[in-house]
Amino acid sequence: MNNKISLNLGSGGREMHKFISEYIVKKLGNSVLNRLDDAAVLENRSDLKIAITTDSYVVSPIFFSGGDIGKLCVCGTVNDLATSGAKPYALTLAFILEEGTSLDDIKIVIDSIARTAKEAGVKIVTGDTKVVEKSKGDGIYINTCGIGFIKKGINISTHNAKTGDIVMVTGSIGNHEVAMLKAREMINFDIDVKSDVAPLNKKVESLLALTNKIHVIKDPTRGGLASALYEICGNSKCEIRLFEKDIPVEKQVLSVCELIGYDPLYLANEGCYIIICPKEAERHIKKVFGAKAKIIGRVLSNNRQELAVETKAGGMRKMGMLETMQLPRIC
Amino acid sequence: MCLAVPVKIINKIDDQNVRVESRGVRFEASTMLIKDVNIGEYVLVHAGFIIQKISKKDAEELIELTK
Amino acid sequence: MSIARSGIRSMLSKNVNIISGPGCPVCVTPSSDINSVLELVKRHDVIIATFGDMVRVPSGGDSLQNYKNVKIVYNPLESLTLAKSNRDKEIVFIGVGFETTTPLIASVIKKAKADGIKNFSVLCMHKTVPAAIKAILDDKTSKIDGLILPGHVSAVTGSKYFDFIKSYKVTAAITGFEAKEILGSISIMVDNIEAEKHSVINNYRSVVTENGNTVAMKTMYDIFKDTDSDWRGIGNIKLSGLRIRREYEEFDSLKRFNIKQKNIKEAKGCLCGNILMGKNDPVDCGHYGKTCTPSNPIGPCMVSSEGTCAAFYKYMRR
Repeated sequence: MNNKISLNLGSGGREMHKFISEYIVKKLGNSVLNRLDDAAVLENRSDLKIAITTDSYVVSPIFFSGGDIGKLCVCGTVNDLATSGAKPYALTLAFILEEGTSLDDIKIVIDSIARTAKEAGVKIVTGDTKVVEKSKGDGIYINTCGIGFIKKGINISTHNAKTGDIVMVTGSIGNHEVAMLKAREMINFDIDVKSDVAPLNKKVESLLALTNKIHVIKDPTRGGLASALYEICGNSKCEIRLFEKDIPVEKQVLSVCELIGYDPLYLANEGCYIIICPKEAERHIKKVFGAKAKIIGRVLSNNRQELAVETKAGGMRKMGMLETMQLPRIC
Repeated sequence: MCLAVPVKIINKIDDQNVRVESRGVRFEASTMLIKDVNIGEYVLVHAGFIIQKISKKDAEELIELTK
Repeated sequence: MSIARSGIRSMLSKNVNIISGPGCPVCVTPSSDINSVLELVKRHDVIIATFGDMVRVPSGGDSLQNYKNVKIVYNPLESLTLAKSNRDKEIVFIGVGFETTTPLIASVIKKAKADGIKNFSVLCMHKTVPAAIKAILDDKTSKIDGLILPGHVSAVTGSKYFDFIKSYKVTAAITGFEAKEILGSISIMVDNIEAEKHSVINNYRSVVTENGNTVAMKTMYDIFKDTDSDWRGIGNIKLSGLRIRREYEEFDSLKRFNIKQKNIKEAKGCLCGNILMGKNDPVDCGHYGKTCTPSNPIGPCMVSSEGTCAAFYKYMRR
């Protein structure tokens, strides 16, 4: 095999099987995947609820400070499963590769998937590889489907925010999007900001072993903290009040936002959660997620969908979904 | 509203550019519109150009306001 | 928008009403100018370099975001780097902005000339602030008592630039951008209005001096000269814009590409003009929130994040 992805690799013939056995199975192999059956056959855990999620990853460039598309595709999927309180069990992995892409790059991505899957304690059980003509793709697109199991008695959903609950965030916001702006060369400032991309499912498992009082877990990905919270306000029909001074934003992220006119509350994150729960659960969240976890607001009522922020200046501003992608501006 | 940010000059690059820093973020800024600036001074930067000088005290106050 | 983002309106008494004026250079760029930009971007030999602010401004349902040969820059000097590494292309920089930004573009043109760059030009849509302020204050139907003057424009022009306001029956304050500074200015102006004191104060002394940055202003006028200019929704205001001087003609996109300005009508029912002049609120416009939203803007007030309608929609609608 030469070192560029060819159309032949996706044709179902010997080259494709070689790619799968030399790279995919070698790096990601387990008792289920190694069988290379068309369908992965899993244990039937019929006493537990099943959570299932799917995501496609088209991030460009595929390598960025703090991670790459491989790490992202595992984290995004296990983190989604964990928002329902599910323990991730298995992932599918489908590649759409662009003809001409460097095979070395793909190998790095597969290594990253292997490492992250191991860290998250999840198996890749089945997959697919397709190759499209040059310029009909963008290096690599990945689709995953994740399955997890939810223990009895766990009921965590964006529909469950209750009056009096606290709203917490488990880490600083905005790091991922700022790292991507740098990777895309939309900014050429010298910064140390890394994407916060990380698998959070094991932390959720630890948290649920300490308390069953968690109402909502949501990852504020594209659209940022504000869009995710506004969605929760809609699903839970609730009013949330945030306190801007309590929202953790790293100095350099804040500085970049000031320079290019971005609002940190709308920046994408890939390694932190919003958690909404009664106050008594706060100490468990801090124990599992560390001192970075902070209370940033409260659920005021279950009367209507409203998200408002008490600003640092002491004023009040209402917020909604991100309407259009933010772009660097000078005015 | 034009976005302009107080920054500190940390290095001279050549006679048209200096290196500046704002809360850990470093970048190049042009001195074409204000020439007599020195390392350690605080200035106001708009779209990568220095447009005005600020006193250290005023810069620190402005930075404090945007925390 | 500092005022909306800080939630300042919620902190004011009901007697004090803040409205947005034509303070956003993107908002006041007419459709016919955007149309010129779109004509250029369609050429295969052109790369458009622009501040992000311009990317979504619409004309006839189209905007720069629909094209691949567009590079968003933070520093306009990046367009010269683009020109040097793409010698087979024409780099066109979209020049928008008031007196804070225009001197920068003038510097870039100066540097392009000094470096002998042959594939670079600026589509100049720059405007200046005083003529627009006069147009608002000369309007007999205007009920404005006070003006919050732009702090960073003033840092460049100097506070004396706005002394002409003293001859009008209003009070004005050059103001910074943080809530504390804005509230401070509003407080001073309310006192002045009550005392019927018509003055222009500098409430941003940390960066605004009387004379401002004279090098910047000279650089601006070395390259540009005053000209009549169309303001979106307001119409033509005499000597309110800038155009590139003849000596720098080679850097003028209008001349280089022989662009004929088309007279494009603004969308029917769009109240951007009145909203910009403070005569209407966004909610008065039939399009607002229905046919005109941030993701589908009809007029510039909804496009720019500094635009009145966009700010209203984001921070105050619900």
